[in-house]
Amino acid sequence: MTRVALQMLFGDKMKFFALIIGLTFSAMMIAQQASIFTGYAGRSGAWIRDTSQGDLWVIDPQMEVFIDQKRMTNTQLQRVRSVDGVAWATQVFSGFLNARLPDGTIQAVRVVGLDDATLMGGPPRMVHGTLADLRRDRGIIVNSNDLGNLLKPRRKPGSPELGVGDRLDINDNEVEIVGVYSKSAEFFWEPVVYTTFSRALTLAPPERKLTQFIMVKAQPGQDLAQLQSRINAATGLAAHTGAEFAWLTTRYILIQTGILINFGITIALGFVIGVLVSGLLLYSFVLENTKNFAALKAMGAGNLTLTTMVLVQAGAAGVIGFGLGVGVAGVTGLVISDSGSLAFQMSWHVPVFTGVAILICCCVAAVVSLGRVLRLELSQVFKA
Amino acid sequence: MSTATSNQNIATRPGPVGLAVHCKGVTKHFGKGDSKVLALRGVDLDIKYGELMMLVGPSGCGKTTLISVIAGILDRDAGECTVFGADFANLSGGARTKWRGANIGFVFQQFNLLPTLTAAENVAVPLMILGEGRHAAVKRAYDVLATVGLADRGKSLPSQLSGGQQQRVAIARALIHQPRLIVCDEPTSALDAVTGHTVMRLLKGVAMAQDRALVIVTHDARIFGFADRVASMNDGSVVSVGTPAELEAVHRH
Repeated sequence: MTRVALQMLFGDKMKFFALIIGLTFSAMMIAQQASIFTGYAGRSGAWIRDTSQGDLWVIDPQMEVFIDQKRMTNTQLQRVRSVDGVAWATQVFSGFLNARLPDGTIQAVRVVGLDDATLMGGPPRMVHGTLADLRRDRGIIVNSNDLGNLLKPRRKPGSPELGVGDRLDINDNEVEIVGVYSKSAEFFWEPVVYTTFSRALTLAPPERKLTQFIMVKAQPGQDLAQLQSRINAATGLAAHTGAEFAWLTTRYILIQTGILINFGITIALGFVIGVLVSGLLLYSFVLENTKNFAALKAMGAGNLTLTTMVLVQAGAAGVIGFGLGVGVAGVTGLVISDSGSLAFQMSWHVPVFTGVAILICCCVAAVVSLGRVLRLELSQVFKA
Repeated sequence: MSTATSNQNIATRPGPVGLAVHCKGVTKHFGKGDSKVLALRGVDLDIKYGELMMLVGPSGCGKTTLISVIAGILDRDAGECTVFGADFANLSGGARTKWRGANIGFVFQQFNLLPTLTAAENVAVPLMILGEGRHAAVKRAYDVLATVGLADRGKSLPSQLSGGQQQRVAIARALIHQPRLIVCDEPTSALDAVTGHTVMRLLKGVAMAQDRALVIVTHDARIFGFADRVASMNDGSVVSVGTPAELEAVHRH
């Protein structure tokens, strides 16, 4: 009777299409919003994932997000280096400073100062020049996307974009672009400018604590969890793996920005629309077919058969709506995100989450409709 | 699944000898308190094997309620009612539905064909409900459609068939699983006189057999002549049972 159930569903074209459109819209809304949420969550820890030369990040225990200006004294670097199992450890400066472009445009930038000797903690990919060019006088490296965007001179219309060899001021200190890098899209929008640790200190106002992060590489064969414990115990600092540190940042952003609640509301709205549309339309479909279901029951179709038929109808509508919805969300998301403006990341969790949501929609719709089918007044088959 | 197989688990006892349907003192009411309506007031009715029995009477006299009780669609309040020795009151809901599916065929006033299924698929539905595979059921449906003169319309949707053709499809559907009792509710009321006669000739021709009984509820006096016996009902009771000629004689007096 499964095929009969499907023929009943597909045959009522208006209702079927309305049901599919409702479920597709619902699935699309859930999948798209969940993907954008995943994209933003992913972007929040992108810089940490891009900076993957070390095994551990050692930070001030009070730091909650990687841009938090809770720095350590540089003596902490020596203490970390002395912990058993540490192969090498380097310090990284990070701080927000104002840059002034040649045309007078003022732009806040995040200056990252890398260990002068090793240059550990640099960007993932160089587009022009090499990381070693940072050793040149006044050298900084900038992001390729920022050159056409936030580092674009915009006070005087028609000013050319900056490039390698151009100079600008950071906190009234002249610097020169010696290289261009590319990186993953980030949640934070301020341009990230790389330079050496010592040059970063000349750019930044003097402070007692200047080390933002200490990057640690474990000796071969070391258990990272044990090494973390040893560093924490020996220094009183907090050692995290890259994934842990990225999650620390992501969690902070999700909570502090309200992004979780905002996306949650939209996703919930998509779910409610799905439940209402599928519930009402499937119920309406069953209502219109009450006499047919009654005739089937009179002819010997038991409750199990009728229940299976309704579940098959709800399931088929759900599968089609889910497929179309996730497909449309995926294609439109990928097309739009190609421009780089949309934080869209459809990880495997998104289709699973959407599938469960649509499954619940269909179950609710089926249960509502089943009540009607199972309580059929059978004698209506004899009514004209 | 054959009819015989589906009956194996149903506890039946032999009914009165020679009777397909035996009703004695059957009562049925609807509603409660002031709105209580007594639809059947102690109905006595026997239908023999190989008999075509028509239930006639004015609207609201209890004809449809009586066939609903006989077919196990409604529960009676009191009295006895056995169909081929089986008493629905002794069967659970699921067993009753199964027994009804195997032993009773229905022809409805509005045909009740599934609009999105072809004629052959509609005819095949009772076999599929009984567990027959779709392919075999549809193949058998074409054979039965041939017996009602619609061999070439198997692929037509109900909307592509005339009223008479739809009723012939409904008759084929009622017969495909070879039920022992066929219950028809106003089978000719939606048809013109000529088509109604054609349908009745067909019903009498292909549905009647010695091990089978046919109950037809009708208002249509033009088809009374097809009955072996006619039961007249009024106000929830069977007031007379006789041959069409006897009924006509009573009316003449």
